[in-house]
Amino acid sequence: MSKLVINNLWKEYGTQIVLERVNLEVADGEFCTIVGASGCGKTTFLRMLLGQEQPTRGDLLLDGEAIPNEPGPDRGVVFQRYSVFPHLTALQNVMMGLELHRAPITGRLWGGKRRQAQEQALAALDAVGLHGARDKYPSALSGGMQQRLAIAQSLVKEPKILLLDEPFGALDPGIRHDMHDLVRELWERNRMTIFMITHDIQEAFDLGTRVLTFDKVRHDPQQPERYGATITYNLPLERKDKSAMAELQAKLALSA
Amino acid sequence: MSRLINRQPDRTGAIVLGILPFVLLALLYLIASDLRLEANPNDKLLPALSSFGEAIQQVAVEPSRRTGEIVLWGDTLASLQRLGLGVGLAALAGLAFGILTGAVPYARATLSPLIAALSLIPPLAILPILFIVFGLGELSKVVLIVIGVAPFIMRDLALRVGELPSEQIIKAQTLGASSWQVIIRVLLPQMLPRLIDSVRLSLGPAWLFLIAAEAIAATDGLGYRIFLLRRYMAMDTILPYVVWITLLAFLLDWLLRVVSRKAFPWFHLGVNRT
Repeated sequence: MSKLVINNLWKEYGTQIVLERVNLEVADGEFCTIVGASGCGKTTFLRMLLGQEQPTRGDLLLDGEAIPNEPGPDRGVVFQRYSVFPHLTALQNVMMGLELHRAPITGRLWGGKRRQAQEQALAALDAVGLHGARDKYPSALSGGMQQRLAIAQSLVKEPKILLLDEPFGALDPGIRHDMHDLVRELWERNRMTIFMITHDIQEAFDLGTRVLTFDKVRHDPQQPERYGATITYNLPLERKDKSAMAELQAKLALSA
Repeated sequence: MSRLINRQPDRTGAIVLGILPFVLLALLYLIASDLRLEANPNDKLLPALSSFGEAIQQVAVEPSRRTGEIVLWGDTLASLQRLGLGVGLAALAGLAFGILTGAVPYARATLSPLIAALSLIPPLAILPILFIVFGLGELSKVVLIVIGVAPFIMRDLALRVGELPSEQIIKAQTLGASSWQVIIRVLLPQMLPRLIDSVRLSLGPAWLFLIAAEAIAATDGLGYRIFLLRRYMAMDTILPYVVWITLLAFLLDWLLRVVSRKAFPWFHLGVNRT
């Protein structure tokens, strides 16, 4: 059971407080979607889960242990852009995660081990609908296909937590919809914990089992940087709760 | 009538326009040469085409009476060997130190100021030191090229490493990559085509250092020959040598471009790189 516990987390840059008093408990297998205004610390929060940034105060515990202070294979990530390696084909991109673990010195596999990794990677490409693009370089793929590839690349590592930073922000609405189906399907099949930042409240409610909103609760007109944002709503969605969404949408519109 | 900046020559037009300045220069030369030779048939400054023919015959076709070898060929081999060794070693050093300082903050803090300082030393100013330390043989010439070119490649590649999106480095770490694996699987392969670009830009300075070193202390080589023939004002050989060097430089540049396209197709996909 991987469980994420966050106790009184603060993040400050010099005199600027970005996040304050963040408390959260997330059980294994939850799909948390994160919404909030630009610059409210959503991405900073995700980066701390990733290990790219360290909390100023407070605890970030995964299964009772502090999250390491650098990125690692237990936490996968898909960014809005640049998540795949341009010098590798789709298949090689997915194989990378398998090769690095099994070949510490060269980072490459040969012979039987290579074929085995190749089959595993092909299965992952299949799962995201990229079988036909196995030998294409990322720059020959569309934006949506690149994001599918980035997801497949992360999934072969079977991470405890998958972090998605506006993964569909740069995609067309039609393609976004396909991606929603894909992500939901993969999440149901792999049963990992997902944190996804999005600007799209509809998307947050469609996909999430829990919606988190980040916002400032205290305002100092003279020194706005002295108060940080925190989690203002933590809504578990047992069923698709339309009224909760409408209510939240209205509140966010008021505070924006 | 559209604006001048919006008007494009067609393909043939572009080729004709490109050749035109060369033809004009050649014509200008022929006219000037004719005028001078008419005034003084022994003039050596602007030789006639026929003199070039004889001179080229002498250096490029007939074996030398003194050594029995073809002079141009021997000079070309000697020069290209020095250039190749010098640029090759500089590229290797540039790749290693560029990636190291670009990727590892501790290496950057330690080495970047040193490399920046070394790159400011005018290489020709230390040529005498190289002659004293490494002697007048091949080594000092190769070292001059390495010293002249390597700091540029190192700094260029360190910058190119910095330009890679940080998302890639983070992603590699979430796939379990160690520092070493990030270097050999993410940075090194992506730096190779950029190294070729960097080497192409360094070839100009490399030729400069080569010819300077050969002019001062050598017994063969393209630069040596040109400076030797200067004493006899042998423009009929010097000019073809200069054209030959230019052609070699052009071919090297073209070769590197082709290698980059063939070996790193992903680098050129959808991007218009020259």
